[in-house]
Amino acid sequence: MNASFRVEHATRSSHVGTVVFAVGFVVLAAAPAWGGRDDLRLLSEIYAYVALASLWNLLAGYAGLVSVGQQAYVGLGGYVLFASTILAGVHPLVAVPLAGVIAGVIALPVAGLMFRLRGHYFAIGTWVVAEVFRLISSQISALGGGSGISLPAGIVTAMASSRQMREFLIYWVALALVVAVLAAIVLLLRSRYGLALTAIRDNELAARSNGVDVTRTKLVVYILTAFGTAMVGALIFLQKLRISPDTAFSVNDWTAFVIFITVIGGIGRVEGPIIGTIVFFLLRQTLADLGSLYLLMLGAVAIAVMLMAPKGIWGLIAERFGWQLLPLERRLRFAADARTT
Amino acid sequence: MEWINIIVQGVLIGGLYAMFAAGLALIFGVMRLVNIAHGDLIVLAAYIALMTTDTLGLNPLIAIAIVVPIMAAIGYALQRALLNRTLGDDVLPPLLVTFGLSVIIQNALLEVFTADSRRLKAGAIEVASFPLAEGVWIGVLPLLQFVVAVAVIAGLQVLFYRTALGRAFRATSDDQSVAQLMGLDNRHVFALAMALSLAVIAVAGVFLAVRTNFDPAIGPARLIFGFEAVIIGGLGSMWGTLAGGIVLGVSQAIGAQIDPGWQLLAGHLTFLLILAVRPEGLFPKVQG
Amino acid sequence: MPEPLLAVRALDAFYGDFQALFGVSIEVAPGEVVAVIGANGAGKSTLLKCIAGAMRSRRDAIVFAGSPIGDEPAHTVVARGIALVPEGRRLFPSLSVEENLVIGGQLGRSGPWTLARIYELFPALAERRHAPSTSLSGGQQQMVAIGRALMSNPKLLLCDEISLGLAPIVVREVYARLPSIVAEGSSLIVVEQDIVQALKAAKHVYCLQEGRVALTGPTASLTREAISAAYFGA
Repeated sequence: MNASFRVEHATRSSHVGTVVFAVGFVVLAAAPAWGGRDDLRLLSEIYAYVALASLWNLLAGYAGLVSVGQQAYVGLGGYVLFASTILAGVHPLVAVPLAGVIAGVIALPVAGLMFRLRGHYFAIGTWVVAEVFRLISSQISALGGGSGISLPAGIVTAMASSRQMREFLIYWVALALVVAVLAAIVLLLRSRYGLALTAIRDNELAARSNGVDVTRTKLVVYILTAFGTAMVGALIFLQKLRISPDTAFSVNDWTAFVIFITVIGGIGRVEGPIIGTIVFFLLRQTLADLGSLYLLMLGAVAIAVMLMAPKGIWGLIAERFGWQLLPLERRLRFAADARTT
Repeated sequence: MEWINIIVQGVLIGGLYAMFAAGLALIFGVMRLVNIAHGDLIVLAAYIALMTTDTLGLNPLIAIAIVVPIMAAIGYALQRALLNRTLGDDVLPPLLVTFGLSVIIQNALLEVFTADSRRLKAGAIEVASFPLAEGVWIGVLPLLQFVVAVAVIAGLQVLFYRTALGRAFRATSDDQSVAQLMGLDNRHVFALAMALSLAVIAVAGVFLAVRTNFDPAIGPARLIFGFEAVIIGGLGSMWGTLAGGIVLGVSQAIGAQIDPGWQLLAGHLTFLLILAVRPEGLFPKVQG
Repeated sequence: MPEPLLAVRALDAFYGDFQALFGVSIEVAPGEVVAVIGANGAGKSTLLKCIAGAMRSRRDAIVFAGSPIGDEPAHTVVARGIALVPEGRRLFPSLSVEENLVIGGQLGRSGPWTLARIYELFPALAERRHAPSTSLSGGQQQMVAIGRALMSNPKLLLCDEISLGLAPIVVREVYARLPSIVAEGSSLIVVEQDIVQALKAAKHVYCLQEGRVALTGPTASLTREAISAAYFGA
């Protein structure tokens, strides 16, 4: 019997989700028309966190590599942008993908070292790497050493004719970047690599004995994540117009928030970081300047979620209703089947 | 001569790092948990010592006797109430929960004590020193701290290999369910291990507070030093951890001598070098 | 009629959604040796785990010395006087032979079994007391496992497939010790796939098949055919 089949990814809820995303994208792309400066800045920040959280989720939730040192690549991206624009005259928007490529290259030997550590020790090891990057960057006097450096006005004005155009431009690049990151993640998960990743996530040993090259898959994911994270980092600091070792490699900003967002939203599901970022920013708007109390509460909420609802908000919803916002399921549709969904 | 002084200083602070590491290694050995809040707990101990010396007017080194039981009790409660629920096959929950704990402790300390730098005064002992050899001086306090570190590690070795509690730790670490068949309540055993770890942290925290300025944010760096000492020394060996601490301390001292900004970096680079060429550490314990 | 030492009543056991035991009932009288036999997967180990508290059950499904203990965890069950020699021996690799024995007695229950008495029962162990437990031969490891359980001075000793992986002559050696154990006052449940030794040692036998008691009775009165039928399923 020769059964031919194809793999289907969509469900009814994912059709709805895709439409929602499409509509949302159009609305957000038009934001310069309906939103003010502050709105654009807030949205850009949201995009950055969605991207960072999605990338961390890919690394930790799918590949099982729990890193608390991704700030290494955020800062690296920022510094490559500043270095290449200031010292080598590279156009800022070209510097963004350049930052990604350089991060990807550096990620290879880093992974070579870090993969010698397992589980919890891997996590702390990644933190050490971030610290090393931070310390090295504070030694580079050409980039301001320990106190950091501002992006020279000339580079900034060269980007576009007016300040407004510049802000629109950076905004669109930020939107394009987060869409690209999400699209890349969805495509990766739909590919055979994605199948391998899901297998690794569910049971590494079983995946290995089924022929999945676990180490190579993890390496690829680690490098791609570094690539994406650095680009987001470059864009973040392009927007901030100033960089310093402490802000570039801040554990709180680039790791604590990201981890809490992903845990609360739902680890191991693509929708999780998106939901988590929304929750995070809603909380931030309502709780405003509580400073360290805010981080404290966030930590407590994350712990509570981890203990009582380890799949996060989206995990609860998805299990209860069987929804998915993005077409990531896998169903075999045989030619002989005449059924429809 | 200068270099010998540097090495000696490095060795002595290595003892402190070994103490940071001992608590970490103990927990990992017994329950395969790495406590990301470890460094912040060291800082917490320092602040508890601060409160104790402020209210009771004691010398910090005497206050150790009060801080240790307080921290041990906190450790027991922490494990029973929170961390026992994270143990299992999945690496994620204990890691994320202890990470959340780290953030909570740091920010709670920040709220209560502000970001101001503090230091504990131990009196004349802080500046006392004596000559070891021609031109080589050893501070009494650093030496005391090193001796205490060695004593703590020796004590842990004795506890692990010659007492009933140590047997319970090793058995539970080997096979949790069969340990239950011996009448050992795992929840209690793990909580005792955490209490012990925090007792060690308490001693380390007080010495830290006397030795350097501290504020709520310095926890993660202590975690990293402890972690590096464990990896450099080799997993599964307490004496290896002491060696690892010493190697780290000496690397940092040499780095600082080359350029003050290089102190921490030198330590990290040594760690990465060991990871690259001898990932099992300098003195790993080979399990039979 | 004297109260049984152990009464298991209508015990069900589940691994997640999979039901391993269906309404199993057995009884052990004081000083008795009971054999529980059955094929692989029949539920024998599950039964012992439930009795020992490694798996939780309905409170009154397991009654020991008159008290219902079905829902108690393993570490309190052993304090009551039930000790399990686990399947596959499961010694503690980080502990020496002697340390394995000593930790078996860490509850401090009083009784005839002391370290000295265990070494009398198993002289080979005394020579290797400080060796790492896993460096011993299979038969010696089995003796350590039994000794470790005896150190808690149990009134009821549960032996889960102690012949597993051992040469027949070694199995005979191990089983030769059982009468001394009974003589010191313990009752025994012996679980085996290999029924020859089990039937020789026990006065009463239960045969499990796919989670149910398929046959029970005094060993002497059961025929080979009846046992085979119950073991494999007619």
